[in-house]
Amino acid sequence: MLKVSDIHVSYGPVAAVKGISFDVKKGELVTIIGANGAGKTTTLNALMGLVPVSSGSMLLKGEDLSKIPVEGRITRGLSFSPEGRRVFKSLSVLDNLRAGGNILSKLKADERIHDMMEQFPLLRERSHQDAGTLSGGEQQMLAIARALMSQPSCVILDEPSLGLAPKIVSQVFEIIRDLRETGVTILLVEQNIKKSLAIADRAYVMELGKIVKSGNAKELAEDQSIQDSYLAAGS
Amino acid sequence: MEEFIQYLISILNLGSIYALLALGLVVVFGQLGFLNFAHGDLMTLFGYALLFQIGWGLPFWIAVVIAIMFAGGCAVMMERVAFRPLRGRSPMTLLITSFAISGALHVVFQVAISPRSKPIPIPEFLSGYITMGDLFISRAQIFTIIVAFTSLILLRIFLARSRLGICLRASASDFDVARTMGIQANRVIAMAFFLSGVLAGMAALLWISQRGAVHPALGLTPMIKALIAAIIGGLSNPKGALYGGFLLGGLEATLLQILPDNLVVFRDAIVLLLLIVFLVYRPNGIISSNPEPMR
Repeated sequence: MLKVSDIHVSYGPVAAVKGISFDVKKGELVTIIGANGAGKTTTLNALMGLVPVSSGSMLLKGEDLSKIPVEGRITRGLSFSPEGRRVFKSLSVLDNLRAGGNILSKLKADERIHDMMEQFPLLRERSHQDAGTLSGGEQQMLAIARALMSQPSCVILDEPSLGLAPKIVSQVFEIIRDLRETGVTILLVEQNIKKSLAIADRAYVMELGKIVKSGNAKELAEDQSIQDSYLAAGS
Repeated sequence: MEEFIQYLISILNLGSIYALLALGLVVVFGQLGFLNFAHGDLMTLFGYALLFQIGWGLPFWIAVVIAIMFAGGCAVMMERVAFRPLRGRSPMTLLITSFAISGALHVVFQVAISPRSKPIPIPEFLSGYITMGDLFISRAQIFTIIVAFTSLILLRIFLARSRLGICLRASASDFDVARTMGIQANRVIAMAFFLSGVLAGMAALLWISQRGAVHPALGLTPMIKALIAAIIGGLSNPKGALYGGFLLGGLEATLLQILPDNLVVFRDAIVLLLLIVFLVYRPNGIISSNPEPMR
């Protein structure tokens, strides 16, 4: 589905991503984990075309992503829920979903909105409220629903658990697990390593702009060095 | 009572012109994060377009419609020629570019047309007064209020209901995220400029119908007023422009009403003082943008 080879991204003289490669196969849930500042979000922004890649290649279903404008990626089935949720705060919940489905026909969009409201009943209750008035957890649900509006084949989720209360975090991970059951390919970037490894098929560990470890999620969860560096505090 | 109604009408009259202009500024600000100083010149462009068409013998109302479209087209051109090559630069660069456009247009108007004021014949329908008992209301003012409110309602419906309106608001709220959803940057920006041009044209029609002339600096004063209105109201939200516009209109009409004759000259100074107060104490305006998420 998604194949990234040796990409480099720099902000001016600062190299944020230093030649990383990974791939996500159809129907897989792959997670990229790592501490703050490891370059995870930068990698995703590069995938979405929001930051330029200085070298390397990114293929979506065999098509070179660098040749597709930012706006064209969603029509190829790639959808994005950004870090910090970034819902359209001054728009109602309904309009957020409409914006997420703006590439669909009117009929199809209404159908998808209906589906999303079934899946996230909370959004129905709040459908006419401005997104900015929702709680953090509600905004996260909205951000995920908004990303699902276009019926993507591959969804990129950037730190969906960031800044949420523990109970809500568990809910968000349940949603992601359920989503995977529906056959959507998911690339999940997280700092909540334990929970991510618990639901993912495979994982890549990022440190300082490089991938330092990769493999089966279950095995990585057992890995001593990962236990020591990331899971020791029982987070 | 008569005096009060007249006072109310002058508030609505001034306020609605300022609101239309401030909305035009805010629509563009929402997409690109800068105040387009050449916005007032779109009014002037409308004025000259109207002047020439009437000179060619076109009926007034047809000329008005064409001139409004012309102002919208000029705004789109402005974006294509001057702002698009600078896409991604800091808003400050865009702001200064807009000063340059405004300056250049002034010179073009002065050299190519005339540095002096040119009269525009205003149809009978818009001149004179309606009398109701002791009440004299200028027709142009009534026309202004009706046209402005109709356009504001139409704009509101467009932004709230239409797909393009939702896309415009979404990309004003978060430009990059909107792009990842397939909302075309070039399209929404062009649309925003077109809207701002049309709004400037509408405002110019109302402005000129009360003054009956066009000159190279026609747009300058109303544009500065709109700027103040937009800042007072808050640049992040079209609602802010509305509130700001009517607040400013109200303030100006009130000052005119209550200030003794020898102090009326200080009206603008008092308005600017209010702007400073806002910039210092409430720089985001009455309607500030980002409501903090409640956890």
